[in-house]
Amino acid sequence: MTQDKAENQNGELVVVKDLVKYFPVRGGVLRKIVNWVQAVDGISFSIRKGETLGLVGESGCGKSTTGRTILHLLDPTSGTVVFNDQNVFELQRQEMKVLRRDMQIIFQDPYASLNPRRPIGESIKAGLNIHQVGTPTERTEMVLDILHKVGLEDYHYHRYPHEFSGGQRQRIGIARAIALKPKFIVCDEPVSALDVSIQSQVLNLLQDLQDEFGLTYLFIAHNLSVVEHISDRVAVMYLGKIIELASRDDLYSNPLHPYTKALMSAIPIPKPSLRRTRTILKGEVPSPLDPPSGCRFHPRCPIATEQCSVEEPEFVEVMKDHYVACLGVGPQNVRI
Amino acid sequence: MTEHSDQFLLKIRGLKTYFYTEDGVVKAVDGVDFNVNRGEILGLVGESGCGKSVTALSIMQLIRKPGKIVEGKISFGSVNLRELPLEDIQEIRGNRISMIFQQPQTSLNPVITVGDQLAEVFEIHADLNNEEMREKSVELLRTVGIADPEQKALAYPHEMSGGQAQRVMIAMGLAMRPELLIADEPTTALDVTIQAQILDLMRDLRNELGTAVILITHDLGVIAEMADWVAVMYAGQIVEQAGVVPLFDKPLHPYTRGLINSIPVLGETKHRLADIDGVVPNLVDLPKGCNFAPRCKARKKYGLSICEEINPDLKEIMPNHSVRCWLYQDAEDHKAPLKP
Repeated sequence: MTQDKAENQNGELVVVKDLVKYFPVRGGVLRKIVNWVQAVDGISFSIRKGETLGLVGESGCGKSTTGRTILHLLDPTSGTVVFNDQNVFELQRQEMKVLRRDMQIIFQDPYASLNPRRPIGESIKAGLNIHQVGTPTERTEMVLDILHKVGLEDYHYHRYPHEFSGGQRQRIGIARAIALKPKFIVCDEPVSALDVSIQSQVLNLLQDLQDEFGLTYLFIAHNLSVVEHISDRVAVMYLGKIIELASRDDLYSNPLHPYTKALMSAIPIPKPSLRRTRTILKGEVPSPLDPPSGCRFHPRCPIATEQCSVEEPEFVEVMKDHYVACLGVGPQNVRI
Repeated sequence: MTEHSDQFLLKIRGLKTYFYTEDGVVKAVDGVDFNVNRGEILGLVGESGCGKSVTALSIMQLIRKPGKIVEGKISFGSVNLRELPLEDIQEIRGNRISMIFQQPQTSLNPVITVGDQLAEVFEIHADLNNEEMREKSVELLRTVGIADPEQKALAYPHEMSGGQAQRVMIAMGLAMRPELLIADEPTTALDVTIQAQILDLMRDLRNELGTAVILITHDLGVIAEMADWVAVMYAGQIVEQAGVVPLFDKPLHPYTRGLINSIPVLGETKHRLADIDGVVPNLVDLPKGCNFAPRCKARKKYGLSICEEINPDLKEIMPNHSVRCWLYQDAEDHKAPLKP
């Protein structure tokens, strides 16, 4: 408890420690467990009150699993998540229900997460009903208020999900997430399915709501440019591990891990006058069923040494608030 | 009309492709003109539903009911593709023009090995024996950077990753060394590090084989890195067309400007992104004047009323730079407020 208090003095709302999530792979007639997908394999980080922590990585790196496990939508294999002084995984059902008011999630595909047979106003109200906020009339008022906040109108209340465009549906997804006035929202690829002109509308909305309600975001995305735009700090994941974590400006001006460098180099920049030679990574992301030994990035790493295939690098703070897991990047060879 | 050179491989004029649905006539492509030079990469960019893919399918003569090409001319070399009998079209498809798609895995036949599918191209278009076809297939897989091509030729599509499957599609598309390759969102389903590999491969192959490419994408970053010439589409029409550098350095159409300003750019932090109000119009019920008018901030700023009345033409207002906008065009009773 003393430690939690100390952490809270740092203004940390969510503290993730050694989080591990494996999914069993079953096979054979008896459906015995034959292997494990090591989706998230021992990650630690914290999210400060009111900040946006970006979590970026390629498909299958474990970023969505991380988000869902933090909210206890998935049971962890091991590790702890402390939210506002409470270990999320040790709570009783009733306590968890209370806590859920404070932590919400926005999904990539809002159409798949809305009930097609229910007017969206009712979908937004569902959370208010479950937690019995105010009287029924007050709840309807609250929903209308939230609709306005996300840029929708009164008459949308009685419409069904199929009547909305992708961008509007995402606004509904956001409305539902903020209905209970949460403290913390996991945004899981909230703009990936949207066209660019709509994407910027939704990103701006998320920022406005954060300013208005003092929200804390875990912003999960594969698009580094989007993550850079919205985040205060950024964590980069590769095959179930966080390999670099730093403030947004530090990470983008001084990326240290070779994977982060390659990832940034791979992004097409909309400036044709600045066509560059890029570092192109060889090969593809290995399977999380059987990740490489030592550093998981070593088979694709341009600076890997023999040591890298044997020794797993520790996740260390090499500069103030800049953490890296790479044997080639120690405090001794970082230029500041 | 923009004529950026005289050696057109493909010349499209007034293409209109409509879909006759229960809800009405969807004007997916509504008067598109552009040219593709030999060996050039034309970027066709726009948001979902703007008609980029339908334009591509129209070129390939792959529009099926309820869709129909209702007007226009698609000149490929000396022939108008619209007037050719099916047999001749099939001779051109896969041979002189080929196409690759966004979802490589769904475009490959799941029950035939990759090598056999590649060989099929030669079976249709070339006179080779089995041994030669097999050798050629393996050689192609090697060209597109598949490691261990002899083994991979025996693999089925499900045994390959998305990046590898897209390489196979590219190999298939390039098997007959076509003059034109149409790539419809070829890297959209891929991770960025794999996307970089595939784009690099496409650029190398263009340089080596001199294949012209129509690159369809919604990603302005990909366009900026790949294209020589860019056409921006909105609601079935091209709204701006120019060389890639002028288009990004000095975009003229308010929609192009909005698009470029609304994307976050790595290394450039701004507090707030510019956005474009509203949504893309319904293609069944397009606005009376300019399709972009209801969302256009510039129209409001300059108080133009003509925009809601008459749709402007795509007009070359600077050398090699065309734009469809009343901000730069005079008309009867209308003086253009801006000079490019």
